[in-house]
Amino acid sequence: MSWTWFHKLASPPHAYRILGSLAPWFGWASLALILLATWWGLVKAPADYQQGDGFRILYVHAPSAWMSMFTYVVMAVAAGVGLVWRIKLAHAAAAACAPIGASFTFLALATGSIWGKPMWGTWWVWDARLTSELLLLFLYLGYMALRASFDDPQRADRASAVLALVGVINVPIIHYSVNWWSTLHQPASVTKFDKPSIDLAMLIPLFLMIIGFQLYFGWAVSRRLRGEILRRERNANWLKEAA
Amino acid sequence: MTPRQKRMVTVVAIVAGVGIATTFALNAFNQNLLYYYSPTQVHAGEAPASRAIRVGGLVENGSLARKPGSMEVTFILTDYAQKVPVSYTGVLPDLFREGQGVIARGRMDGNRFVAEEVLAKHDENYMPPEVADSLKPHLDAANSAGRRST
Repeated sequence: MSWTWFHKLASPPHAYRILGSLAPWFGWASLALILLATWWGLVKAPADYQQGDGFRILYVHAPSAWMSMFTYVVMAVAAGVGLVWRIKLAHAAAAACAPIGASFTFLALATGSIWGKPMWGTWWVWDARLTSELLLLFLYLGYMALRASFDDPQRADRASAVLALVGVINVPIIHYSVNWWSTLHQPASVTKFDKPSIDLAMLIPLFLMIIGFQLYFGWAVSRRLRGEILRRERNANWLKEAA
Repeated sequence: MTPRQKRMVTVVAIVAGVGIATTFALNAFNQNLLYYYSPTQVHAGEAPASRAIRVGGLVENGSLARKPGSMEVTFILTDYAQKVPVSYTGVLPDLFREGQGVIARGRMDGNRFVAEEVLAKHDENYMPPEVADSLKPHLDAANSAGRRST
């Protein structure tokens, strides 16, 4: 079997074209799924036995929290690949992930806070789960700031890749914080080696929403990575020919 | 070793090094990372008496009492092993009810815990009311069999 198709992916003009044709598929599929899941979650799913309709913020909170960690892992892997194999496109992909991940993290923190006020009785507590998720937001912001502080793109790539790798240790801490330490935040309902602690009628729209968010991530990262390629290759011949 | 393999080792070393350092640090600060103490820990004297602490447990069924004409409530926090009587003046959160997990912040005053703040702790279960009703006997049985003090 030939690996040329795989190696070609690292070539900016080739990746630029592929991402351009993938993006609309991701975009429309995610829009369709998110709309379906929104209707399912807000209208069709039953109210919770204790929280009533207030639990429905879960359909934004849990997918964004999940995506905030997923995006970070993608970013760190891309940064690691960029460091080891010296692939510029991998660094570009890591750079494209950061603002998306920061947005997911912010959304998770904000929706959690809005839910926490009536349910827990507080907007914010410094327990292990909430604190480690806030640290994740600062990691994203720090990554973006570090990247922006270099004029030389190569040095920016390497320095920020090290930060991305160092920060990846926070992801398992966020996930397991609710099991390792007593926290105000409840333990996992879905991602555990056991039957989910959430009724199937509520779980289906949650799964749809998570897949919708994943596809949205695919759309957003394709578009951002295309922009990133254009910026980095602005003096390259293939772009001049295309323009 | 080729330069690429060297870089690979460096990347693995960074992640492993930070991982190990973090593990040690978190182990060292383990006690400080606990958001609350259980009634058992309070009785065992593990919670500091000199400063404000948080105590978490379930509100014992039938223990909630309101003082007429005031905002003062008293209830008993339990982890099915030990109990801590709590008094609190103020607004209780939506999820506060008997049998529910709560976290109270305050100080011990003799045997009684005087709370300045009471937070409700949501558990990880989500279900429609009908399902909750049909599960109620099982849940109660499971609870009295000694659940963790969440």
